[in-house]
Amino acid sequence: MTKYTDQGKQDTRSGFGAGMTELGRTNPNVVTLCADLIGSLKIDTFIKENPERFFQVGIAEANMIGMSAGLTIGGKIPFATSFANFATGRVYDQIRQSVAYSGKNVKICASHAGVTLGEDGATHQILEDIGLMKMLPGMTVINPCDFNQTKAATIAIAEHQGPVYLRFGRPKVANFTPVDQKFEIGKALMLSEGTDVTILATGHLVWEALIAAENLENQGISCEVINIHTIKPLDEEAIIKSVKKTGCVVTAEEHNYLGGLGESVARTLAMQLPTPQEFVAVKDSFGESGTPEQLMEKYGLNNKAIEQAVLNVLKRK
Amino acid sequence: MPNTKELQDLVFQVRRDILRMVHKVNSGHPGGSLGCTEFFVALYNEVMELKDGFDMDGRDEDLFFLSNGHISPVFYSVLARRGYFPVEELSTFRLINSRLQGHPTTHEGLPGIRIASGSLGQGMSVAIGAAEAKKLNGDNKLVFSLHGDGELQEGQNWEAIMYAGSKNVDNLIATVDRNGQQIDGPTSEVMALGDIGEKFRVFGWEVMEIEDGNNLEQVIAGLQKAKTLSGKGKPVCIVMNTMMGNGVDFMMHTHAWHGKAPNDEQLETALAQNPETLGDY
Repeated sequence: MTKYTDQGKQDTRSGFGAGMTELGRTNPNVVTLCADLIGSLKIDTFIKENPERFFQVGIAEANMIGMSAGLTIGGKIPFATSFANFATGRVYDQIRQSVAYSGKNVKICASHAGVTLGEDGATHQILEDIGLMKMLPGMTVINPCDFNQTKAATIAIAEHQGPVYLRFGRPKVANFTPVDQKFEIGKALMLSEGTDVTILATGHLVWEALIAAENLENQGISCEVINIHTIKPLDEEAIIKSVKKTGCVVTAEEHNYLGGLGESVARTLAMQLPTPQEFVAVKDSFGESGTPEQLMEKYGLNNKAIEQAVLNVLKRK
Repeated sequence: MPNTKELQDLVFQVRRDILRMVHKVNSGHPGGSLGCTEFFVALYNEVMELKDGFDMDGRDEDLFFLSNGHISPVFYSVLARRGYFPVEELSTFRLINSRLQGHPTTHEGLPGIRIASGSLGQGMSVAIGAAEAKKLNGDNKLVFSLHGDGELQEGQNWEAIMYAGSKNVDNLIATVDRNGQQIDGPTSEVMALGDIGEKFRVFGWEVMEIEDGNNLEQVIAGLQKAKTLSGKGKPVCIVMNTMMGNGVDFMMHTHAWHGKAPNDEQLETALAQNPETLGDY
């Protein structure tokens, strides 16, 4: 299988910050809003270099979303930033009415998604955000896998006309995709070709999927690993093409198995190519305090869980 | 000086439009619409500086955001009569495949509408965003908004009010329609609002009052005064006292017509009190 090298662990939120720094220098219409979490979102450099294009809204996310919608009227491209929990579930109706239904060009950029923010516990660990956002008509949902890809996605969404939800996280994880890659919204990335099973992974679980595939290769199982960085619109063509070859699929995501990537894949397959599928995802529960590694282990979100899911799905072929 | 005779004629015609629109589909919100008719007529025909035609960005012209979207009938009528879309289209209000949805939306591309509203409490944040965009663009035109008094019970308003006062959004003129009524009864009983003006004031706003928001000359004078108060470091709040259902005797002094349409007989009575001036659609 194709080998990938970790260029050094970094957090995806810093990839977002790096993308914002570049956008601050290259796109004068980009503005940023934050609800009292500048340091956590890594947007210090953007703010330092473009103070007039930054809006500190205080701990008031509903107003932040509404203001973002308003800023588009006049041609601005607002990046509204907070933790994933407070940027989606807390302000769902504001996003629904003022952004999505109104068709506003707002980028909702959310850090600390999933359980891997760790010790803060379930109040801050949203596992429902992909589902909430993908259900909104017209909303694009992106969950990049590492620092480099998050930076590239951040830059790419500024060029996309329409509302976007960009989801990233807190922990330092392997950074293995190319520096200065071009990010194409909605285009799944083939990471490693294989013949026995398709692994469709998103976000932090892409690297875990690669580790699992390597372990499985040693057991004589050939995995095809695809990075589904865009959950909506879903690259159905790439998924069908792969599954036609392998005949079974494992989806992997740091999200509730209700409403996430796995369900989008299942709907696609049910309509076009019914196929055995296993879900690596949180089984309809809240998270809890712990280290990211402990939580990934406990909630079945690591390479071991993916490996087991592959073994299970192969029996169902 | 404005030609108040022409504007008064328009007020009568807009009232007729409102009544006929809600009657036809036996739904919609006539009470608040009638209460704000003078405000809308004044704003769009005397107060705001508007460009010809419509584009979403609205640069170099004044903007208006309706937060309490349920009073869409008055908004649609005044937009149509101002030339944003054909007056005949008012007959499609709330019908399937119409651009005139029950609550205002951008989704169907109706000229004059810049945000969906109806889920209450969101309009001020949007207006603030648009006002900040104007500042960034070096555009010295103003942003107006309208809010129901009952709507202020929604918490997001107070996030927005705090922001605008704290961050000196002085190109925003937000009017509160103080009609004292909401769906379940008088605001004083449902959730007393207290001294609204004082609340805005302690949040850092410049506050003024329009004593009778159904007196066209008072409304025009009040809005013009608000413009002179803008640009001085503080957002401007107008507390505008209105009568829900104004212009139709049996719809006044009650909250009963907040979201209820008149029947045939009631429509006839109501229209008789508001003679046709510019021609029905």
